[in-house]
Amino acid sequence: MHNTVIYILVMAAVTYLIRMLPLVVFRKPIRNRFFRSFLYYLPYVTLAVMTFPAIIDETGSWLTGFFALLAGAVAAWFGLGLFPVAIICTVTAFALQFVF
Amino acid sequence: MTKGKAEKGDWFLKGVRDGIPIALGYFAVAFALGIKAKEAGVLPAEGFLMSFLTHASAGEYAGLQVIAEKTGYLMMAVMTVVASARYFLMSMALSQRLDPNLGLRHRFLVAFGLTDEIFGAEIAQKGYVEPKYAYGLFVLPFLGWPAGTAFGILMGNLLPDIVVSALSVALYGMFLAIIVPPARKHPAIFVGVLVSFALSFLASRLPGIRDLSSGIRIIILTVLVTAALAIVRPVTDKELSGEEEEKKRKTEERDHA
Repeated sequence: MHNTVIYILVMAAVTYLIRMLPLVVFRKPIRNRFFRSFLYYLPYVTLAVMTFPAIIDETGSWLTGFFALLAGAVAAWFGLGLFPVAIICTVTAFALQFVF
Repeated sequence: MTKGKAEKGDWFLKGVRDGIPIALGYFAVAFALGIKAKEAGVLPAEGFLMSFLTHASAGEYAGLQVIAEKTGYLMMAVMTVVASARYFLMSMALSQRLDPNLGLRHRFLVAFGLTDEIFGAEIAQKGYVEPKYAYGLFVLPFLGWPAGTAFGILMGNLLPDIVVSALSVALYGMFLAIIVPPARKHPAIFVGVLVSFALSFLASRLPGIRDLSSGIRIIILTVLVTAALAIVRPVTDKELSGEEEEKKRKTEERDHA
């Protein structure tokens, strides 16, 4: 039987280790080129994998999520920050649910 | 090292002030996270605890999928590493911006508060990051994020479906704001994002693969696409040093001029 609080503690402990190790233990830059490249690309790839197709499966019609994705991508392309982009996606999805 | 005009005590207050907009934004996005948490069967107090201890948008989102699918503690650990690996990079960058003589106690505490936005505010400071500034920054966002999560879990029931499903898109908006700007600058990231979208779509639809838990799919795809990118197009030292470092160098050059 898995317990939600233990899940949360595992999540918190692992996240803390990720944040803490470079600041406390590995203070020297990593030299291995493959590993450095891997770390460099990883955040973008994993966020992309988590975003799509989840965003089009989230609302009633896939078109709603698709246009929310487009609106957010355009806003981010032109340099808007985290919260303006999040709000633009939400408003687009909300408005389009009356259409599709 | 360039020291700001602020006295030691002022650094904390300056941090608190700079944390206000971050905290407001956090409350709003954490609300959307709370709706996800509710779907995963997480109670308001558990959601508050999760967000207070973890404060990671993608990491918590991925973790909630593990909780919803009940795929085990090891899966939770692996999923967290994949979804939050970017903090490792930020932490490496930040360690270059701390006073090399800064004590361990401060390093342990500064590490706790590392998020995308707080990292951004910290490295926007000139010279070494003052730990007191970091602590001031933490105060409001680390109330806003857990409060928003708990509130989202509580309100998820009361809001009409159409509002809930619109709000659930907010998190993906946050992810887009992280991946799109670097994709615009670096063709390899641009291609990587499109390939990730395409493969992730296929993996969620193809019989066999689609029956795997979403956590396993995310981990496998991330490792495959990232390794392929790292082999096909290894990054140069210039890219690795990051824009923040570049900006820092420019400011320093200007100061020396």
